[in-house]
Amino acid sequence: MGGYRETNEAIFEEAPLIRTLPLLATVALGALVMAGPAAAKGTLVYCSEGSPENFNPQINTTGTSFDAAKPVYNGIVEFERGSTKVIPGLAESWTVSEDGKTYTFNLRKGVKFHSNANFKPTRDFNADDILFSFNRMWKADHPYHKVSGGSYDYFGDMDMPKLLKSITKVDDYTVKFELNDAEAPFIANMAMDFAQILSAEYGDALLKKGTPEKIDQEPIGTGPFTFVQYQKDALIRYRANDQYWGGRPPLDQLVFSITKDPAVRYAKVKAGECHVMPYPNPADLPKMREDKDINLLSQEGLNIGYLAYNVTKKPFDDKRVRKALNMAIDKKAIVDAVYQGAGVAAINPIPPTLWSYNKSVKDDPYNVEEAKKLLAEAGYPNGFETDLWAMPVQRPYNPNAQRIAEMMQADLAKVGVKAKIVSYEWGEYRKRAQAGEHQMAQLGWTGDNGDPDNFLYVLLGCAAARPGGSNIAKWCYKPFDDLLVAAKRTADVAERTKLYEQAQVVFKEEAPWFTIAHSVVYKPVRKEVVDFRVSPFGRHQFDGVDLKQ
Amino acid sequence: MLRFILTRISLVVPTFIGILLLSFMLIRLVPGDPIEVRFGERGIAPERLAQLRAEMGLDQPLYVQFLDYLGHVARGDLGVSISTKNPVLTEFLALFPATVELGLCAMIFAIVFGLPAGVFAAVKRGSVFDHALMSTSLTGFSMPIFWWGLLLILLFSVQLGWTPVSGRLAALYYIEPTTGFMLIDSLLSDEKGAFLSALRHLILPTVVLGTIPLAVVARMTRSSMLEVLNEDYIRTARAKGLSSFRVIGIHGLRNAMIPVVTVIGLQVGSLLGGAILTESIFAWPGVASWLIEAINRRDYPVLQGGVLLVASLVMLVNLAVDVLYGMLNPRIRR
Repeated sequence: MGGYRETNEAIFEEAPLIRTLPLLATVALGALVMAGPAAAKGTLVYCSEGSPENFNPQINTTGTSFDAAKPVYNGIVEFERGSTKVIPGLAESWTVSEDGKTYTFNLRKGVKFHSNANFKPTRDFNADDILFSFNRMWKADHPYHKVSGGSYDYFGDMDMPKLLKSITKVDDYTVKFELNDAEAPFIANMAMDFAQILSAEYGDALLKKGTPEKIDQEPIGTGPFTFVQYQKDALIRYRANDQYWGGRPPLDQLVFSITKDPAVRYAKVKAGECHVMPYPNPADLPKMREDKDINLLSQEGLNIGYLAYNVTKKPFDDKRVRKALNMAIDKKAIVDAVYQGAGVAAINPIPPTLWSYNKSVKDDPYNVEEAKKLLAEAGYPNGFETDLWAMPVQRPYNPNAQRIAEMMQADLAKVGVKAKIVSYEWGEYRKRAQAGEHQMAQLGWTGDNGDPDNFLYVLLGCAAARPGGSNIAKWCYKPFDDLLVAAKRTADVAERTKLYEQAQVVFKEEAPWFTIAHSVVYKPVRKEVVDFRVSPFGRHQFDGVDLKQ
Repeated sequence: MLRFILTRISLVVPTFIGILLLSFMLIRLVPGDPIEVRFGERGIAPERLAQLRAEMGLDQPLYVQFLDYLGHVARGDLGVSISTKNPVLTEFLALFPATVELGLCAMIFAIVFGLPAGVFAAVKRGSVFDHALMSTSLTGFSMPIFWWGLLLILLFSVQLGWTPVSGRLAALYYIEPTTGFMLIDSLLSDEKGAFLSALRHLILPTVVLGTIPLAVVARMTRSSMLEVLNEDYIRTARAKGLSSFRVIGIHGLRNAMIPVVTVIGLQVGSLLGGAILTESIFAWPGVASWLIEAINRRDYPVLQGGVLLVASLVMLVNLAVDVLYGMLNPRIRR
């Protein structure tokens, strides 16, 4: 055998191609490994978490899609970047009628729409564009109503079809919205993503060409950036709109580099391949804090995670039982163990960042003895058996519902309450909880429009307590509901604040929920990024953002 | 030869029907509904849900849905994505070149390094190199792709800054896809440096995706080469006084290649499996990560259409390998 090996080796030595192939390939690879340019001057790269469904926020439902459409569009009114304050957008000003049912918007003049290879606008923005955009969502006979699936979920969710009586063009630069009821949160709804304004002229042009669906794929708006290019799962490219009515944005170019994995997004930020990233891994936060290239921005999110007691079921129809359980669960331990610094214990059903948050409300203290006493008073000295539902998925307001359920289960056992943890597939879970099948269920909420009504009325109002409604405590308490309805009927913010503050006191007293936590949102941003603001709505907006050279 | 090819093709038909059925059924077994999954905490009104289900035909019995789907497939219509409303085939064709580009590079990488390494190890059997190669390839074969990918990114992209972290091209370059193959598109464009950028973006994903096939090819080549080198005809060839290159390259390698070609063909399937992870790590816009997202969104048309297309392609590649195999080894044709 030895002899063979020698000859075989000799053969190999004479086979130059086989021997040199790996060598050549290695040299080629090595030659490629040279430092290249990361990003151009004036180009901000945002490592977004996924591909948008399309570029029309009327039909989208995800934050990812809203982010992708936002650079292109404006609303009649808008949220100030980084806050929930409503500011003028395409309307310079507006007036509300005495009865709160008529909103008149005075539109901005000289606003230009973008152009692209297939469309050059011939006129400025005017009232027709507003009618076009809203009627598309509202009127089934609108030529665009059925385009791209024809599902206008947010428009429906905010009850607009029920609320709107008419939209009329008074003149080219005045539009009147008439409502069926006085509804103070209406103005905040108008700043939401679904209410962005599309070009009617572009719509007509595409209809003539027979490609109406392009309106949702190659967007034309009035926003700070024009849409340039989209490659699914790879990137979205925008260029600064030189003619922007709010002044040309400081950035020349904005690129969304679609990167689905959070660990890879972090690596890209570290390597300077992108400047801003959303949704970091909680485990990476300590390293990000120490990283000298990164500013770790944070803000309490506009959300709440809670455990709802189904008050239509025994024993939770008894306020004393609900209060007792509120005292039996160690909230601090849960927030520390599960949120790990990315959450604050919740006292009220609305987050502290929201106006009208009542600071004087005190949380139910963690007190096992007191809890036992209350249970005994209510006729359960030895506790009882119940279910305890936990979502199967991570949500923005609750990183690990299963773990929280386990901790609650252990706490409740100490007062004799035997809780059985229950879970379903997410869609099923939500449906069953909204049907009221549970005794105790975790859920939560992320605010849509920065109005307290959007938390209190949607989650705790009587209208939502019907089977299938979003009030999963099924708690319909007249004194509480009256306050909310009164607050809807007036546009006076001071008056509304008072009403909501009172409502929070009633809520705590009646204890339909164990309020768990408000999560804190973190945004790692590279040091050279100037004036990026964390949005309370979880959006990512770049119009005033710049890069230090 | 013709009869051989025809027999192979006739076997493809039942496989294809199996794929159709499986791709249709499997996703429907997963709990969750493509409509409800789109709605968050707010949920959807039951009437609206019923309306949407009816629009998508999801209210029909399963067999009706399947027959309907079959009818559409027969006409070459794979339906539209529930989330984006774009035709499934359009999306597939836009993303597939990226997967092919990466897969081809990984395969070439595996062959360029694996084949010579295997031959070398066989020739130097028992040497340090042989042992090192065999244990390295065993490690490579059992490497968890996700971990391996992140490790390489952290070392080469973050620490050393030699290669880009992810994507196919630096954000700086603006290229409209014409062929969908970034290497070709970047060459065709006037953007200077784009081609180099595309190449550099390919290095890490290629290495990560190519690691397992590389290990497989190297091991297979080695064992098959060892067997062949001890055959009588090699001794005869050598005794005839043929040049060493002819002995190894023509007589040896050609015969040793038969099992290797089979293995390479089989790797196409597992390559697509590996692509799922590789594409996710490197934010590579291919069909594998597209399918994963479709699972999360319960996007039935994308999943059944995408799986059907990918599986059919794997099937065709395997068919081609069978035929190639027949050409390399006449005995198999019978």
